[in-house]
Amino acid sequence: MSVSRPLPHDAARLHVTGAARYVDDIPVPADCLHAAFGLSEIAAGTITEMDLNAVRAAPGVIAVLTAADLPGHNDVSPAPGFVEEMLSSGEVYYLGQPIFLVLAESHLQARKAARLGVIRYEERKPIFTIEDALAANWRFEDGPRVYESGDPEDAIATAPRQIDGSIEMGGQEHFYLESQAALVLPQENGDVVVHCSSQHPTEIQHKVAEALDAPMHAVRVEVRRMGGGFGGKESQGNALACACAVAARLTGRPCKMRYDRDDDMVITGKRHDFRIDYRVGVSAEGKILGITFEQYCRCGWAQDLSLPVADRAMLHADNAYFLPNVRITSHRLRTNTQSATAFRGFGGPQGMLGIERVLDHIAHDLGRDPLQVRRLNYYAEAPLGEAGGLSAPAAHRARTDGASMDGPPEDISGKAIDRTRTPYHMEVEDFCLGALTERLAESSGYAARRAAVAEWNVANPILKKGIALTPVKFGISFTLTHLNQAGALVHVYSDGSIQLNHGGTEMGQGLFQKVAQVAAQAFGVGMDHVRITATDTGKVPNTSATAASSGTDLNGMAVKLACDEIRERIAAVIAERYQAAPSDVRFAGGMVHVGAEALSFAQAAQAAYQARVSLSATGFYRTPNISWDRIAGRGRPFFYFAYGAAVTEVVLDTLTGENRILRTDILHDAGASLNPAIDIGQIEGGYVQGAGWLTTEELVWDTKGRLTTHAPSTYKIPACSDRPEIFNTELWEAPNRAETIYRSKAVGEPPFMLGISAFLALSDAVAACGPGYPSLDAPATPERVLRAIARVRQ
Amino acid sequence: MKITFRLNGKTETVQAAPTRSLLDWLREERGLTGTKEGCNEGDCGACTVMVSDAEGRAQALNACILFLPQLEGKSVRTVEGLEGPDGALHPVQQALIDHHGSQCGFCTPGFAMSMATAHLNGQTDFNDRLAGNLCRCTGYAPIVKAAESAASAPVPDWIREGPAPRPEGHSPDAGAEAEVALPTSSDALATWYAAHPDATLVAGATDVGLWVTKGLRELPEMAFLTGCTDLAQITETDTEIRIGAMVTMSDLRPVMARHHPSLAELLRRFASAQVRAAATVGGNIANGSPIGDTPPALIALGANLHLRHGDSRRTIPLEEFFIAYGKQDRAPGEFVEAVSIPRQPDNLHCYKLSKRFDQDISALCGCFNIACEDGRVRNARIAFGGMAATPKRARHVEAALLGQEWTPQTVDRAAHAFTHDFSPISDMRASADYRLETAANMLRRCLAETQGTATNVLEVRP
Repeated sequence: MSVSRPLPHDAARLHVTGAARYVDDIPVPADCLHAAFGLSEIAAGTITEMDLNAVRAAPGVIAVLTAADLPGHNDVSPAPGFVEEMLSSGEVYYLGQPIFLVLAESHLQARKAARLGVIRYEERKPIFTIEDALAANWRFEDGPRVYESGDPEDAIATAPRQIDGSIEMGGQEHFYLESQAALVLPQENGDVVVHCSSQHPTEIQHKVAEALDAPMHAVRVEVRRMGGGFGGKESQGNALACACAVAARLTGRPCKMRYDRDDDMVITGKRHDFRIDYRVGVSAEGKILGITFEQYCRCGWAQDLSLPVADRAMLHADNAYFLPNVRITSHRLRTNTQSATAFRGFGGPQGMLGIERVLDHIAHDLGRDPLQVRRLNYYAEAPLGEAGGLSAPAAHRARTDGASMDGPPEDISGKAIDRTRTPYHMEVEDFCLGALTERLAESSGYAARRAAVAEWNVANPILKKGIALTPVKFGISFTLTHLNQAGALVHVYSDGSIQLNHGGTEMGQGLFQKVAQVAAQAFGVGMDHVRITATDTGKVPNTSATAASSGTDLNGMAVKLACDEIRERIAAVIAERYQAAPSDVRFAGGMVHVGAEALSFAQAAQAAYQARVSLSATGFYRTPNISWDRIAGRGRPFFYFAYGAAVTEVVLDTLTGENRILRTDILHDAGASLNPAIDIGQIEGGYVQGAGWLTTEELVWDTKGRLTTHAPSTYKIPACSDRPEIFNTELWEAPNRAETIYRSKAVGEPPFMLGISAFLALSDAVAACGPGYPSLDAPATPERVLRAIARVRQ
Repeated sequence: MKITFRLNGKTETVQAAPTRSLLDWLREERGLTGTKEGCNEGDCGACTVMVSDAEGRAQALNACILFLPQLEGKSVRTVEGLEGPDGALHPVQQALIDHHGSQCGFCTPGFAMSMATAHLNGQTDFNDRLAGNLCRCTGYAPIVKAAESAASAPVPDWIREGPAPRPEGHSPDAGAEAEVALPTSSDALATWYAAHPDATLVAGATDVGLWVTKGLRELPEMAFLTGCTDLAQITETDTEIRIGAMVTMSDLRPVMARHHPSLAELLRRFASAQVRAAATVGGNIANGSPIGDTPPALIALGANLHLRHGDSRRTIPLEEFFIAYGKQDRAPGEFVEAVSIPRQPDNLHCYKLSKRFDQDISALCGCFNIACEDGRVRNARIAFGGMAATPKRARHVEAALLGQEWTPQTVDRAAHAFTHDFSPISDMRASADYRLETAANMLRRCLAETQGTATNVLEVRP
């Protein structure tokens, strides 16, 4: 079996030897130009005068382009109907916005010249904060979006207890280690070949074609790999590719552009920051009876992907909890800052942190263990026996009703059907968090450790510990339904070697290896037979972004369909030769078996070739069973859900707010994993990135709108010692109920939200300092933690 | 200028501009693209290379802020030189594969070089060795597992450098007229600098490097102090510990571990292994930064600064060196020769506060040298970084403590005096209020620590 094996990343050897090639490593022709943007120095206003003489006169400069010089569309926006200028034609919307383009003989010369522009503006009062934007009513879409179910106002008003509060959560810089980069090589006939670091080659092709005023067939985009993406390379690479393409068109020379790290952080979008206000009515035991959320989402200056991001925040405002009466209101606010963009989780983390805060607040208010309150509010556990009894690993099926835990899901038997409906009217049919939580609570020793933390806190006046278990339920599928499609192209050569290609891109997540395992499985050959090649719009067209955790689900299936077709053709040839039925031909162990006979796969391929049978096929897959009306907030946006839970224990210093993760235990549902090693890598990496978002990673803008945390010297992603000292990660290992590729589940984004447990463990530790509720905001820097400590002591 | 060094086992003599970084040279001139640019400011470690000095001592350094002249007479190994001649992987490379230590792979060559350097040196404090290598994909656990599993493998023969390369036919000591100098002694430096008082002195280039890579500055006159080995000595006598200006943070740390362990711990958290191996004590003082971590500790210890101009020398209390932001008591052509710490019983407590524990710049750094006798404060020298435009003593707080009982009541009273000593700013690292509050709390922590109460989250084990 090639699938389910913990094989290393396909490029691991190339990575460790430095031989893996990224865009900036591709040897370029000697006449290659290097590009850099000149940037706005103000956040809002109109350009009144531009003096670029010093730029043009700088050493090595070949040309300087402004908006007026562009041959095609001046628009790098991925959002239809919104124009995002590559170079400002007059209006300036944020500090750092590209205004002119320098083309020089070297990267350094281009960077130096780009600083020499003298630009004068008529400045306007910028809009930075949520409050500014609300006051000015500067937003995307006409007004807020609202999803509603039941009668939340009445349910809250008549509930035994009402609780309200608010949480602010900061954005997040992607900090992919490889900054944005593109290289454009001009071809005959005005065509271009683009090498770029992008999660969305088809979008690059589309935008470059528009920038050149050329048809898409004139543009071929190739992406071998990215040095990290995390959503930051879904749309934010458009400007570089278009700039290089325009430069190549105008000069006839190849052109490369890569952002210096500071430029990358100042120019490109980040995760959306949010404020979420909540009001909830609960029963005496802590069951949510009615709830309202106001989600204020800071989108930055351009629409980009903000609408679907804000939608997904609404779609995850429930997380794992049944909300019988609920209203979620989402404000998509414009501000004079970088355009917030896709980032792992795509709004899901923000929506989920909102409800997890609410559960924590309820538990504090009632003086109950937050885990009990969480379990009390869980969706109904999916009954066993359906879909082949696939809800839990065999070893745990005996006790998956969850009834043995102290927080009883008391209405599972009689009223189960009532507790499956989401706020967007989709039924949750595969819920397994009851059993998963129970197993994790047991394996992590949650109850005993919670008691030990309380004891420790009594004994220690300055240091305090906290612990939290939080669940994740994450919807899998693009919410824009038409994106849920993928194509593949598979060639078997006459020597039995296999080359495969698909629309997915490799950003480190191990997609190529998992898909190659699918192909090897389909042909019953070893991995050495299979070579996966760079994503190429000339091989597989009209692809979706590698995003929404869907890369393996979509492309794995498309590749399998292509492989199956070729295999059937080979089987027909072999069956005919040996006078057997095609169904009796088996592909296994590198051999093709028919009756007592066996050929090597290479011999079988050769036989098919000689029989004049095509050994090349395309595969195409579209996700079944989804439909979604985003305006009404109704439908079935997701094919299935991925689940997981984490327990984090922290310690903090009440004198300074300094804090540290001590131990983390994770149990995560990757379905029947295609590659457990790669999936665990995604889970651990996602957790640490999620914990970073909520702890050390703080974006700070000054009063002019300048991002002051524009480099790793000031913006702090987790470092080596920030990982939990004890870090236990396990897979749930139950096959997906939905018919996905070998019953696996998507694993890219869901584990990111396991990091919420670190944040709520900190909140728990703060709560040990006094009677008040911490109302901790994120990121929980030492300073915010210290402020929260002061609050609870009041 | 002409520079001679060994690259992956082969001696190279190259002609290059003095501010050409090793990283750019490797990638752009030699096509050795395994060494990556992640941040171009020494904070991510993707460009980590192994550099061995003439004695064969290997250190991991950031190639992005390493100017070629700093490599004169040294041996450089990049990821392309990590495999054996027959293509055999280095043990750390194999371990990274076996433990799934790479995902996107962009940081991986830098990790491999840091790990190989630690492996060669027998260092197993991996949290510290790898603090300067950022990975955004893995969450680090598999990388640390790889480092641990490779630790016991023998050091491959091919990784050990041969004798130091000898410069071919040119003297590194420039004449007095040269605009760029590579002096091999402090005397030669003194002579040249007196003649070029506006020149930039480059010690470890961890600060000056950023003037070039981020500030895009031109530096017309420069002296590289790499060859001034006489400035890299630490001399311990009965009365003082004299630390030469070119002593690196990594070399100072073990000495301080014997005399003032709290300062050694502060040095452990000073930037990263790569930066500590380059950054010098003299540079950290001479650049006058209000947030350098060694000046507050050294001021609290009553250190003296030794300055030299040509043949004339003077010694001043270190705290008097820092006059105002960007202004130090240093004449043109005068340079820091050494700093000396009077021998004393150890009563030093250093506290660094930053958003992240490792490889971060202090929001504030408080150093408390408080001696008690019979329960009363006999001596108090308290100095802070990050609280003013210069590293500065908290004299009002000191005064409020002197002669008083070392108790919470005294400390609470004295804590009020911080507002007389400091008016800190708010910036991206912390607000003014937070700085003032935690400065006072550091004094409380100092008391708690001397009374045996647990105060350090880094010492709590799960």
